[in-house]
Amino acid sequence: MSWLSKLFTSSIGRKVIMSLTGLFFVLFLLVHLLGNLQLLHADGGKAFNHYADFMAHNGFIQGMSWIMKFLFGLHAIVGLILWRQNASAKGQKYAVKVTDNTSFAGRNMIWLGILILVFLILHMGDFWFQMHYGDLGEMDGVKDLAKLVAIKFSSPIYVGWYVFSMIVLGIHLWHGFESAFQTLGARHPKYDGFVAALGKILSVVIALGFAIIPIIMYLNH
Amino acid sequence: MKLNLKIWRQKNNNAKGHFETHVVEANEHMSFLEMLDVLNQNLLEDGKEPVAYEHDCREGICGACSMVIDGHPHGPNERTTTCQLHMRFYKDGQTITVEPFRAKAFPIIKDLAVDRSSFDRIIQSGGFISVNTGGPRDANDILIDKDTVELAMDAAACIGCGACVAACPNGAAMLFTAAKVSHLNLLPQGKLEKDKRALGMVRQMDKEGFGNCTNLGACEAECPKGISLINIAMMNKNYLSASILSDKD
Repeated sequence: MSWLSKLFTSSIGRKVIMSLTGLFFVLFLLVHLLGNLQLLHADGGKAFNHYADFMAHNGFIQGMSWIMKFLFGLHAIVGLILWRQNASAKGQKYAVKVTDNTSFAGRNMIWLGILILVFLILHMGDFWFQMHYGDLGEMDGVKDLAKLVAIKFSSPIYVGWYVFSMIVLGIHLWHGFESAFQTLGARHPKYDGFVAALGKILSVVIALGFAIIPIIMYLNH
Repeated sequence: MKLNLKIWRQKNNNAKGHFETHVVEANEHMSFLEMLDVLNQNLLEDGKEPVAYEHDCREGICGACSMVIDGHPHGPNERTTTCQLHMRFYKDGQTITVEPFRAKAFPIIKDLAVDRSSFDRIIQSGGFISVNTGGPRDANDILIDKDTVELAMDAAACIGCGACVAACPNGAAMLFTAAKVSHLNLLPQGKLEKDKRALGMVRQMDKEGFGNCTNLGACEAECPKGISLINIAMMNKNYLSASILSDKD
C-alpha cells in the first residue's frame, strides 16, 4: 500500500478528509449566503437573477461546483463509513445511558448530516436542476430564478422545512467547525478561544442568514 | 447502609449476559471495591459464584479496577478510580447499576472483567524508547523546558485503565494512545523515534478495532487522571506529519 492509501484508510486520515472537506463547505456556504441575500433586494429579483446567471455560466464557478459535488459525496461516504465503524466498535450499549459528558450536536453528527443530505438533494432538484435544465421564463435577458424562489417561499410548509434544515445545518456546524481544527491538530492556547468562538458565530450567522430569507419573503409575499 | 446492586453477570465473551440484583449491607467508610468484596463473601457463603472483577493496587494508580457504575467508568465522581470511590457518596437504599467496560476491542472475560491486552499491543507498537541509556547521567545533561516537562508528565499520568474507551460512544482509544505518544514524543529521548512511534501506535490502534474519534470529549470528562484532549490534537498533527513528511513508512 502506498503512503497515501495508508493515510486515508487510517482513522485519523479519514477524519482529516472529514475536517478538510467540512471546512471547505463553510467557505462555500458563506459565498452561497452572500448570493442569496440579494433576494432581499427590492428590485423584483433582478440582482439575484443576474448573479444566478453568472454562477451558472462562469467556467471557474462551474468547475468549482463539480468539485463541490465530489467533495460533498466524499464527506457523506466517509462519514457513513466512520459511523458504521464506530457503531460496531462500541458493540453493546450501556443500560445506564449518560449524556452529560458530550454535546447534543457532537453525538448526533451523523443524523444531522443525513438530514442535510436529504435537504441538499431536494434543494438541488428544486433550484439547481431548474436553473440548468428547467424552463423558468426570462427576465432582463436571463432566467428568472427569483420568481421560482418566490413561488417556493410562498408555501408555509416549504419555508418551515427550509428553516428547520438550516437549524440542523447550524447544529452540525456548531460541533463540526471546532472539531475540524482538533482533528487537524491545529490547537494552541493562543488561538483555541478564537477558533471556538468563530465556530459558534459562523454556525449562528450561516443558519440565521439562510433561514431569514424565506421567512422575510414569505411575510412579504 | 443497605444498597441494591444491579450487577452484570456473564460467563464469557460468547455467552449472553444479564443483570442480577443483590442487596448488600455496607458501611460508608468502605470503598466501592470493599463493598463488592462483601457481596462476594455473601455469594460464597451462599454457595454461589462470586462476581469477577479486576483490582490490584486499590490506591488509584494501577488502573485495574475497570467497571462502569451508573453509566460512568469508575463511577460518577471526577478524577477518581473505582477503588477511590467511597460508599459515603451513596444513600441508604440506593440502587447502583454496575456494568463492564463496553467496547469490541475489550472482550469480556467474565462478569465485570474485560480483556484489555489490546492496549498492551498498542504499547508494543511504539510506546517505548529503544536507545541504550548507558550508565547513570548527570540530571542536567539534557536540558528540557519546564512547560514541556509539565505537558509530558500530565500525559504520563495515564494509567492505561481504558475508561476513555469505555466512555467513548465510538469505542475509540485515541485518548489512551495520544497520552502514550505525547509523553514520549515531547521529551528529547522520545523525539528520536517520534514518527515511527506515532505511525506504529495509531496503526495498531486501528487494527485492534477501536472506533474513530469524533471529538466529543467524553473520554476527557471520565478520565480518572484528567488526560487532556490536547494530546489527541498533538497526536493527530504528529501522525499527519509522519505520514506525509517523514521517510518512515
